[in-house]
Amino acid sequence: MRASLAAWALVLPSLLLLVAFTHWPAVETLWHSLHATPRGNRPAPFVGLDNYRALLDDPVFFRALWNNTIYAAVTIPASVVLALVMALAVNRAMPGRALLRMAYFLPTMLPMIAVANIWLFFYTPDYGLFDQVLSLFGFGRHNWLGDAATALPAMIAVAVWKEAGFFMIFYLAALQTMPPDLHEAASLDGTPRIMFFRRVTLPLLMPTTLFVLVNAVVNAFRMIDHVVVMTRGGPDNATTLLLYYIYETGFRFWDTATAATLTVVLLAILAALAVLQFGVFGRRVHYR
Amino acid sequence: MIRRRHLLAATTGLLAAPAVLRAQTVEKLTFYYPVAVGGPLAQIIDGYCKAYHEETGVTVEAVYAGDYSQALIKATTALKAGAGPQFAVLLAAEMHSLQDQDILVSLDEIGLDAEAKRWLDGFYPAFLANSHAEGKTWSVPFQRSTAIFYYDKAAFTEAGLDPAKFPTTWAELVAAAGKLTRRDASGKVTRWGIKMAADLGNAQWTFGALANQVDHRLMNEAGTQVFFDDPKAIEAMTFWRGLAADHHVTPDGISAWSQLSPDFLEGNTAIIQHTTGNLTNVRDKARFPFGVAGLAGKTAPRSVVGGGNLYFFRNASPAERQAALRFARWVSAPERAADWSIRTGYIATSPAAYETPALQAYVAKFPEANVARTFLPVATGELSTYENQRVYKALTDNIQACLNGGKTPKQAMQEAQAESDRILRRYQKA
Repeated sequence: MRASLAAWALVLPSLLLLVAFTHWPAVETLWHSLHATPRGNRPAPFVGLDNYRALLDDPVFFRALWNNTIYAAVTIPASVVLALVMALAVNRAMPGRALLRMAYFLPTMLPMIAVANIWLFFYTPDYGLFDQVLSLFGFGRHNWLGDAATALPAMIAVAVWKEAGFFMIFYLAALQTMPPDLHEAASLDGTPRIMFFRRVTLPLLMPTTLFVLVNAVVNAFRMIDHVVVMTRGGPDNATTLLLYYIYETGFRFWDTATAATLTVVLLAILAALAVLQFGVFGRRVHYR
Repeated sequence: MIRRRHLLAATTGLLAAPAVLRAQTVEKLTFYYPVAVGGPLAQIIDGYCKAYHEETGVTVEAVYAGDYSQALIKATTALKAGAGPQFAVLLAAEMHSLQDQDILVSLDEIGLDAEAKRWLDGFYPAFLANSHAEGKTWSVPFQRSTAIFYYDKAAFTEAGLDPAKFPTTWAELVAAAGKLTRRDASGKVTRWGIKMAADLGNAQWTFGALANQVDHRLMNEAGTQVFFDDPKAIEAMTFWRGLAADHHVTPDGISAWSQLSPDFLEGNTAIIQHTTGNLTNVRDKARFPFGVAGLAGKTAPRSVVGGGNLYFFRNASPAERQAALRFARWVSAPERAADWSIRTGYIATSPAAYETPALQAYVAKFPEANVARTFLPVATGELSTYENQRVYKALTDNIQACLNGGKTPKQAMQEAQAESDRILRRYQKA
């Protein structure tokens, strides 16, 4: 009894913070999503599932959902694989190693707003970096951000560039803690390097991969700063991601009920993905 | 060490000042303002605040809040949270929306004496067009503009056009833009004829001007109804899309507002449609002779007014509202309006400002500064409705779809109309 009391007392501070800043707002959002947007001083009437039904008629919502699916489906694997490759590349003795590691990590240290402004220049049609380089090879101009076909891929490239360096650090740390005798034993047995990577390195990296994946999934729904700076969801919602749509609905249109409804949907998606990751994927991860 | 002592002194000073006293005599005001163009606008505003402080002892803190839409979001968010500035410069066209959200206080409620009424009558009527609703005045014109063309005179000469004579009709404009568009041997464009902004927050302004060019108004006075699917609006959209699709004088897809000035200054584009507020910036940075002209119309020049007004917020105490109004009167006085116009390019808001020696001398030396003013009589009000930002998005999404070739002009305008009708239905009943 006394022990459990002490345990609760120890958990209490963080529990209080969690409830106040995570769980309570989530519950309140759910509550708001069942009400209409308050007008002026009148209180908001209860409307049940009307907001959710209205969402089903909202083409922009489905567009945002679809965009976000593509965005996640490309950025997550691309940034994780790239991070692993970069970590393997710099995890050995070579001249200028520190410099190379820093170069890979640099995008992570820059604020996203600054990154977006730099990339805005890269993507400038005609005289931006990409068009200048491409014109050397005889390619014409690209309206990267102004063309509905290339705008979303352009956003994805920025996200991958920004994220890969961050994930690389985790892989690098994991690789550094790997005992060198494993490698020595394997080379005594004459194990091919590919086999060693598949059978030893990769399984040992699984806990890190799970952690990185969870982060990558969250970021795929959370990182929208570059959308705000570069395209504002345009052209014609080609780059509208779910969170950006929530921001727009909530703070540009002040339609708080719809914004709350969208938030609940986003929460549900993230919760489902978390359950999937920890439940299915987590079971295959072996911790030492 | 010194810093810590200063901090300590400042904190004790703040704590020592009795709350009652602070409420009665206003010593400090905060306002948000947006910057929509290049150039050192922030420093100019800070300079005014400093001068005002020296004159009156009242500290006015100017908070730079991004572009127009960011400033709007920041101000409304802060106000709804019960904090925020006492007044702000926001898009003149936001009046209906802001008033609907019940965060504005009208000038009439703050209190206008006979002298203040005379001051209000001194503004250009075109700039007060977005200030009146329900028989009250809700905002004070500040950084006001019209859309104008900036054009590269060197490119005109090179293309065999007369740089002193700018096109006044659509047909002339398309012909000139065709000659100005330059391609290299492989067919790649090295200079575009013309560019107009179609990104969110600016597309509706460009389109408002185009609609006025076929003598079409996009909304009713009350801001409860839009007319996007009118044949004239479709004609305006067809013209815009045609610049890329039929005439190939502007790039396919959309061009962003923030990119237009660099494009023009880099010689990438011969003509841009931009605000007069950008005039001083372009004058300082252009390395070639450039000209300024009123927008061409289908048959004769037509333009649209734009820019920001000073709004006063209900959140402020009565004393603060009056102090804010005093600052507004000070900053919009003819001498200041003249100075603002000279240093930015925005149109001075009152005829009296153009009577000041400073502005008269400037206009004599730099006649481009007077061009926009001469087009005020053919300029229409900016698209302004209830749920303004929503209607802007409905229109912009469809304009962008059309410019990307995803929808025909007719389809785009009909869908913009349907979406806007849905948004405004609530206001039409009342």
